[in-house]
Amino acid sequence: MEITEIEQRIKKIVAEQLGVKEDEIKNESSFVNDLGADSLDTVELVMALEEEFECEIPDEHAEKINTVQEAIDYVSASTSQ
Amino acid sequence: MSKRRAVITGLGIVSPVGNTVTEAWANIIAGKSGIAQITRFDASSFASRIAGEVKEFDITHYLSAKDARRMDVFIHYGMAAAIQAIRDAGIEDVGTLDAERIGVNIGSGIGGLPMIEHTDEVYHAGGPRKISPFFIPSTIINMVAGNLSIMYGYKGPNLAIVTACTTATHSIGCSARMIEYGDADIMVCGGAESCVTPLTVGGFASARALSTSNDDPVAASCPWDLKRDGFVLGEGAGILVLEELEHARKRGARIYAELAGFGMSADAHHMTAPCDDGEGAARCMKNALTNAQINLDEVEYINAHGTSTPLGDLAETIAVKQYFGNQAKKIAVSSTKSMTGHLLGAAGGVEAVFSALAIDRQIAPPTINLHDPDPACDLDYVPNHSREMKINVVLSNSFGFGGTNGTLVLRKI
Repeated sequence: MEITEIEQRIKKIVAEQLGVKEDEIKNESSFVNDLGADSLDTVELVMALEEEFECEIPDEHAEKINTVQEAIDYVSASTSQ
Repeated sequence: MSKRRAVITGLGIVSPVGNTVTEAWANIIAGKSGIAQITRFDASSFASRIAGEVKEFDITHYLSAKDARRMDVFIHYGMAAAIQAIRDAGIEDVGTLDAERIGVNIGSGIGGLPMIEHTDEVYHAGGPRKISPFFIPSTIINMVAGNLSIMYGYKGPNLAIVTACTTATHSIGCSARMIEYGDADIMVCGGAESCVTPLTVGGFASARALSTSNDDPVAASCPWDLKRDGFVLGEGAGILVLEELEHARKRGARIYAELAGFGMSADAHHMTAPCDDGEGAARCMKNALTNAQINLDEVEYINAHGTSTPLGDLAETIAVKQYFGNQAKKIAVSSTKSMTGHLLGAAGGVEAVFSALAIDRQIAPPTINLHDPDPACDLDYVPNHSREMKINVVLSNSFGFGGTNGTLVLRKI
């Protein structure tokens, strides 16, 4: 999967889950600090990523996904395997 | 110091007969039913296939889509009705008020059963990791009160009462007590319900509580009529803003009526059936009027529990006759459930709204579908047409499974 496709799909999910506009979402955006997510939002966001990319993100990895870029990196690494 | 008095300064409603106070009241006064075939799920295999569903309701008029997704439907209805009531009372901006003196007390009889049923399916299909982190806060009953306090910054008492079909009546009555006792100056209170789901309809049908008059939904809820055969499930929310009288006067608030008294009792008899002689209901009305210090002959209108069940309608009639004696037949007694169906934990809320409007507009709502009255039910039920009349004092009754009873007394002010 192309990185740009992953990036687009992740930004779309983030926009839906957090109720923000896609053009406000940058790669370096932090879910909590920049996009207004709380602890429950971040759990749900990870579940939505799992659903979208048909993968399982273990809790210890999920805790390290705090920005859009970190989500892109995780998904591209796990889907390229 | 004289007793602190609670008055009604705001009304809000979401119901099968309309999603604003203006629309719902117009339909109630016109005797229009909100009952139709169930659309929320395929009810074709169920004994009862009709309900009073809320129609054309859009929660995004009240909340962001993101917030709304984290709440089950009963919370949507409760929030929408409460926001209407808060705007009606003019208390949206806590900056001009003391936030610590404003509380919320909104309950539900059943709560987030639609989301519980859905999440159970998700769990069985995908395992525990598929359960949403919002599952619990979107289904638990006190989250109408919780979300409202967060939205408006109300920092006073925050709670939810759960007493089946008496929920909203108890919530409103206990809120009046909190104002009287001094816990708060303003209480946003009532009930919300939305459980037109397979398990709810199946469960009530299994208990033989629901009407099976599926072929003529509009006529199915027919309190005190010979053909009554059970209640019709409804959904929605009815919310009042109660306020201490002097507090309301000082800020020039519009006052619909006084919440003058509240009574409670238990049947101590049966899980689902009322006492045959209506003894528990009679004691409840007595406790309410005693609390209000109002005489029997001052009561002009009773918004009855009147669910259209064979036993319940008869028991309430006997209770009114037993307690009011010779006065009983002089009182207008109607059941707005003939139009809304039975909103369970929200019933007492929407009926308190109608009771307040009965005083404010001096009109008694009708009992529709009353064409062939049960000879044992021989009160003045305001059959089929609303009635303009002098109304100074109203009782609103609610009776719930478990034998839990509540009566509100409203008085013109």
